[in-house]
Amino acid sequence: MELFLQQVLNGLTLGGVYSLVALGLTLVYGILHVPNFAHGAFYMAGAFVAFYLISSLGLHYWVAMAGAAAAVALIAVLSERLVFHPLRNAPYLHHMIASIGILLFLEAGAQALWGADFHRMQTPYTDVLSFAGLSLPAQRILIIVAAFVLVGLLQLFLKKTITGATIVAMAQNRDGAALVGIDANRVAMLTFAISGALAGMAAVLYAPINLVYTSMGNLVITKAFVIIVLGGMGSVPGAIVGGLIIGFAESFGAFYISTDYKDIIAFALLVVILSFRPEGLFSKGAR
Amino acid sequence: MSVLSPKIGWGLLLLFALAFPYLAGNDYHLTVMSTAYIYAIATVGLNLITGYTGQFNLAHSGFMAVGAYTVGILTVDHGWPFWGAFALSGVAAAFLGLFVGLVSLRLKSHFFSIFTLCVGYIMYLLIEKWESLTHGTVGIVGIPAPGAIGPFDFTEARPQYYLVLFFLVASLWIMHRIVHSLLGRTFVAIRNGDHLAQALGINLMRNKLLAFMLSVFFSGLAGGLYAGYVRFLGPGIAGVEHTFDMTMYMLVGGIGTLLGPLLGAIGMPWLTQYLQVLQDYRFVVFGPLLVILVIFLPHGVVGTWLRWRRRKAAIASPAPAPAPANTAAQGANHA
Repeated sequence: MELFLQQVLNGLTLGGVYSLVALGLTLVYGILHVPNFAHGAFYMAGAFVAFYLISSLGLHYWVAMAGAAAAVALIAVLSERLVFHPLRNAPYLHHMIASIGILLFLEAGAQALWGADFHRMQTPYTDVLSFAGLSLPAQRILIIVAAFVLVGLLQLFLKKTITGATIVAMAQNRDGAALVGIDANRVAMLTFAISGALAGMAAVLYAPINLVYTSMGNLVITKAFVIIVLGGMGSVPGAIVGGLIIGFAESFGAFYISTDYKDIIAFALLVVILSFRPEGLFSKGAR
Repeated sequence: MSVLSPKIGWGLLLLFALAFPYLAGNDYHLTVMSTAYIYAIATVGLNLITGYTGQFNLAHSGFMAVGAYTVGILTVDHGWPFWGAFALSGVAAAFLGLFVGLVSLRLKSHFFSIFTLCVGYIMYLLIEKWESLTHGTVGIVGIPAPGAIGPFDFTEARPQYYLVLFFLVASLWIMHRIVHSLLGRTFVAIRNGDHLAQALGINLMRNKLLAFMLSVFFSGLAGGLYAGYVRFLGPGIAGVEHTFDMTMYMLVGGIGTLLGPLLGAIGMPWLTQYLQVLQDYRFVVFGPLLVILVIFLPHGVVGTWLRWRRRKAAIASPAPAPAPANTAAQGANHA
């Protein structure tokens, strides 16, 4: 029973991180209808900025997280302005290739600045709590709580504020949004900023129990794609639920099937689901 | 039409390629060129599904790995001669492509790309983890060199270069025949518009699947050559970075043209050679280059040149441009 609950905890941790990354991806997809392959590089950049702020400048973990969120938000807005905006009328293939260009640039840039080594990020939350026979590393609890708080805040922002509503409106119908006077440029920049900030914070939350390295974003972003295909491209609740599904599938798969193949589980799940339902699990119009 | 009319141009390229071993200073240059040729074969394959048929396959390097590991496993673990295993490399990739294609080609545009990205990852992870079959991260060492055929012995750098060149020329010739046939035009019709192609009576699934299998066949073949040339294999060959590399070659040269991917695949590695300092950081330069190209020069070097020449021809001719030239121009516009 303890082992089972331990897997639930692991699943929630992974699911929380995946949900945050997938949320950013799905928001951008909703606005631009472009799969942003550079999103994983945003995630990686967030981890490196925070690593630099903590290890070189000696800043506190939370300050570093805020710094990382701001820095990645800036990178994301810049890539919207400099790359995706000029391409807004181009065929989808060009978007994908351009986002791969950003991805390659950010990865090589991080490698040039910080080297190809693996780094360990320090966290003030190193103690392990125990509760009812379960060992609960504080960082994992922090990830779960922070992820749920962030998701909740995002929901509130999208549902309860005018600015948030403009994003939803634009995702629902671009022309309709323009007709009621929503500034498409402003919304696109805002969406990229939020998406980048979420990726940055997810990375800073997860990095202490993992490692910081240049290709750290690749696996996460690919899983995030699986999640948003499962949950419906552009759907916010879909990204959250999908993130949790993949998180649980992985933690239970690693425990009950094989640790070696745990990374394959998410992709195998996608292949199986798309083989039987090409339109995705909850989505409409993948075909 | 001066020196650069297609036939003469291709002939000059071939002459240069044949003379290259005598111009190159050392074996290292020959190695760079041979490796570039191998990747050129795979890039030409990628161009068929992406440039001509309009489906961006991100698992392409995975299929190259399938071809390479087919040769590696059969020769090292089962004692097959190189040529027997090599004959299967493209077939193995195409066979796997049949199943991947059947599932993935039902998805449109970026869903297809995301799906193939995941398939590529599965291939990479399987190669890395399935140690009893693929030797895992240790890799396969001691793959035999291609056996001698008659008087030709492929243990030296120069004969190996000509062997790779032979397959490159053959691949290009076959590709030329494909894209200029009715089949090639069918692929272009699918790229230019699914619905329109369907309205013309084109069976979308069957043609896409055929394009996909042909495309990965070239990739598998390139993988088989790679195994016999480098004679060492690791899981890294399946990495998606290699697909990104090939995408860059294709785009720099000119996507949806025959010459473009070839020039890109040969030119870019040499550019990297000269920017040796940048070896590890080459994407600091190439990443933005890719973005700039896609924004300002989406047709690549060859595509832009062809369009420029066509426009010049249109201006030069006194009468309004004849209809066939127009349709041809429109076909090329959609690259």
